[in-house]
Amino acid sequence: MSTENTAAHAQAVPAPQLEGLEKGAVIGTRTVHLTRADLVRYAGASGDLNPIHWSESFATSVGLPGVIAHGMLTMGTAVQLVTDWVGDPARVVDYQTRFTAMVPVEDTTGRLAEDGSSVPGAVLQVTGKVGKVDPEAGTARIDLAVTVTSSDDARALTKAQAVVALPKGEAA
Amino acid sequence: MSVNPEAAGRQYPPAEPYQVSREVIRGFAAAVQATHPAHHDVEAARALGHADLVAPPTFAVVVAQRAEAAVVEDPEVGIDFSRVVHAEERFTHTRPLTAGDEVTATVSIASVKQLGGNSMVTTVTEIVDGAGAPLSTVTSTLLVRADDEEADA
Repeated sequence: MSTENTAAHAQAVPAPQLEGLEKGAVIGTRTVHLTRADLVRYAGASGDLNPIHWSESFATSVGLPGVIAHGMLTMGTAVQLVTDWVGDPARVVDYQTRFTAMVPVEDTTGRLAEDGSSVPGAVLQVTGKVGKVDPEAGTARIDLAVTVTSSDDARALTKAQAVVALPKGEAA
Repeated sequence: MSVNPEAAGRQYPPAEPYQVSREVIRGFAAAVQATHPAHHDVEAARALGHADLVAPPTFAVVVAQRAEAAVVEDPEVGIDFSRVVHAEERFTHTRPLTAGDEVTATVSIASVKQLGGNSMVTTVTEIVDGAGAPLSTVTSTLLVRADDEEADA
């Protein structure tokens, strides 16, 4: 499991404010690596034990190209970009998506890259943009584009939108 | 077999209460690569004004799916789970699920729509805390594929 954040929480960036936030502004990008081990971990943590997410033979027997990631795993990893940007998970008050392209995860078990990290079985690219600012409600909508770099840049999520509650302009 | 269109509006009794623990939050956060300290470090969560560790935004699916199982297993609804594809998901949070919460989820069927031979079943799960205060609403839409189609997602 590895991630690269351009909106890293470790820098303790103060919460963004509604004032000055402009529609179309990019809040950050994130690359998500998934391995078969990550799918097993999510299966255990979520209780979703559907074998299409861990058994190659079962997945192909039901017509899939191979093991695919849980849609909820893709949705769950993508929103981390928003959480880190907004600085507090509680500010994410609404989050929705449609699941479109599947995310095939190649079996790279035991393969290591030159730097010693696991070779990813799938790579997702997440980009967040300000979709709408609602000063009266004190919220902004962040639109997430989530593409599968490892599978022809297919769109894994469509209409992935997170609504965040933001301070209106007082000092952060 | 297609889904019973008259199942829309059906309500189910509350699921067994779910105990939200620190370790469950940490484990789920690790699984979705959520590294924000409020999911892992109690002091960091308290510094943000939370009572304890807070769950990532999609954690409520764990609680909701236990309630939704009543729908999937209801013979009068008629969902063939081997033909189910997850189509849409939405979380609306009043406050995040927090370690120490004992929460209860109650599911109902909002709609059943037929699209060709496929069915779209939308459930709404309301999650409340031990005092009955609303925490989260989870809306989930399942696509139940017609009998003779290839699995595609």
